[in-house]
Amino acid sequence: MSLVGRLRSHDDTQSWQGGYAPYDLVKELVIAVGVITLLAVLFTVLFSSPDDKPSTIAQWSREMPANFVTAAAKELSGTSATAEYGPPYNHNGEGQHAAFLYPQKWLGVSHPINTSNDFVIGPLKTVPDDPSLHSALAQYQSAPEKTQKAWGEAYAKPLEEYETALEEKKAPPKTVSVDSSTGVVSVQAPGAGPVPIMMSGLLDLAKSGGLDGTLLTSRQFFQTDYTKPLLFMSDGGLLAERAEAQHLLGSQWGMMNETGSYPGQAWLWLYTLWYQVEPFKASANADILVMLVMGVLSLAFICIPFIPGIRSLPRRIPIHRLIWREHYRSAGESQPDA
Amino acid sequence: MSVAPAKPSWTARTREAAVAALPPEKLLPDSQPTYVASWIYIFGVASIASLMVIIGSGVILSLKGPAWWHDTSIGHFFNSIHLWAVELFFFAMVVHLWGKYWMAAWRGGRTRVWITGAVTFLVAVPTALTGYVSQQNFDAQWIATQAKDGLNSVGVGAFFNVTNFGQMYSYHVLLLPVAVSALVVAHVLLVRRHGVVPPFPLAAEWPRAGESENAKTPGLTGVEGVSSDADGASS
Amino acid sequence: MISAGVLGAVFNLNHSAHVVHWHFFQMSVANIVLIVCMLLVFALAILLPFPGSRRRAGRP
Repeated sequence: MSLVGRLRSHDDTQSWQGGYAPYDLVKELVIAVGVITLLAVLFTVLFSSPDDKPSTIAQWSREMPANFVTAAAKELSGTSATAEYGPPYNHNGEGQHAAFLYPQKWLGVSHPINTSNDFVIGPLKTVPDDPSLHSALAQYQSAPEKTQKAWGEAYAKPLEEYETALEEKKAPPKTVSVDSSTGVVSVQAPGAGPVPIMMSGLLDLAKSGGLDGTLLTSRQFFQTDYTKPLLFMSDGGLLAERAEAQHLLGSQWGMMNETGSYPGQAWLWLYTLWYQVEPFKASANADILVMLVMGVLSLAFICIPFIPGIRSLPRRIPIHRLIWREHYRSAGESQPDA
Repeated sequence: MSVAPAKPSWTARTREAAVAALPPEKLLPDSQPTYVASWIYIFGVASIASLMVIIGSGVILSLKGPAWWHDTSIGHFFNSIHLWAVELFFFAMVVHLWGKYWMAAWRGGRTRVWITGAVTFLVAVPTALTGYVSQQNFDAQWIATQAKDGLNSVGVGAFFNVTNFGQMYSYHVLLLPVAVSALVVAHVLLVRRHGVVPPFPLAAEWPRAGESENAKTPGLTGVEGVSSDADGASS
Repeated sequence: MISAGVLGAVFNLNHSAHVVHWHFFQMSVANIVLIVCMLLVFALAILLPFPGSRRRAGRP
């Protein structure tokens, strides 16, 4: 048999020539709407729905000041995840690829973000009546790029050691201290130039709530695009800490889950499963690889009627005999005796 | 002097094509083939009913705006109905899908019925996603900052920004529900046009005791008596 | 963190989810219940008799 012949299914389905029975479709729909409404109301009364309050940069900076300052330093020096993300935010990375496919790069930078200016310098410029801060800003902006980089690295190093010590539950280095009552972060970083003053100023702005506001409305008063504050927060540890507690991390199959003990998006089970297995698990291109696999499977799902083997499985595994048992029984009874 | 017959108007042609494809008794039949006799058949209408409850509760939520459900108990009540209706929608759709797969419901020229159904399911997934990222709570923050990576990796993130609440709310409240509804309408009209798929013909693999394998296959003609119209697909 | 609407629910599901672990597989109990219910409902839908069989069989 040719390939086309194999793709064309042997469809022996014929038009129904048999009997009909009364069936009230409209009544069925009305009953269905009634039942579904009742079920939805019942579940609402029994379980309600989750509504965990969103995190703010103000909360993040108050609850985890060292983590905030570490993230802010990375934004300034351009070494944060957002800074190095690539398209659609910037050109500082190529993004993910699969073989010769670079769609992330090809679609370009549609939402430009310069983390140093947008997350740090720009907001700091809005702080009024702080001559030492403005002098530090001026010093930073007038320095050559190489000097800015050196200052940033000098400041970031003790903070990274501090974060690593906390993660590994070891004693933190003495170069970083956090005053638990005031939330002031002190970093001993000789050679960091004006960066400590800038970071301290940004921390104060964040704690006051001003950073949440200025990141949102920097371009215009009316705003519905939360990309900047969300990306800045996701470069820190607060969202991930809350997510881990709620079993929402990728490694916890979090894509399927909901906050609390509510059922989540169970239909994403296959999508999240790929991330748990190799080669996706350890790959830097996991997202595009999983999306491609799911794209192919979705196309296959749509095209089931054309796929030999898959389309003939229902005939071979006769669940249909249970579904249509009454029909087969009455058809058998109506057969004339051989 | 003879008058040339007028060309039929577009309106007349559209009407005639629609009525030819779906005459009223086919669009809204009051009978079904006798083989439509299983509880599995209710999951299609259950999916539609769930979608109607989703849209109804969604309309109420959009009347009061996206902040309402955080601020009032009655708002939270309707949000909960909306969420549980979504769970019921996916539940019913998947059970419907399982049933239709094991019935090989694409048979007999019903390929487009399967395709519209499958695409409906696939479009419902981003419809739900846009809802989740429009919640304006912690869940929305987390889902948006995670989902962006998958979407950015395939370039979709360049024009579909899950961290842009305004865009996501527009997709969720208007664009994607219209897409899902249009697909469901197409799906149902195709089912009405082609009829509910008949059972697999009983072949020699199910002979009764003593019957030869070449006996006339029952099931094709079904119960004697009431006949349908010529194409038999009048359900 | 918990709004008034949730406090009104009969069962408070706003606590950390119980998760089932099996090898690399992890799923919240709520999702497992949902999926098991789907399989159960599918089985019941196929197995339970549908009313009106006499009406269909008796039609001349």
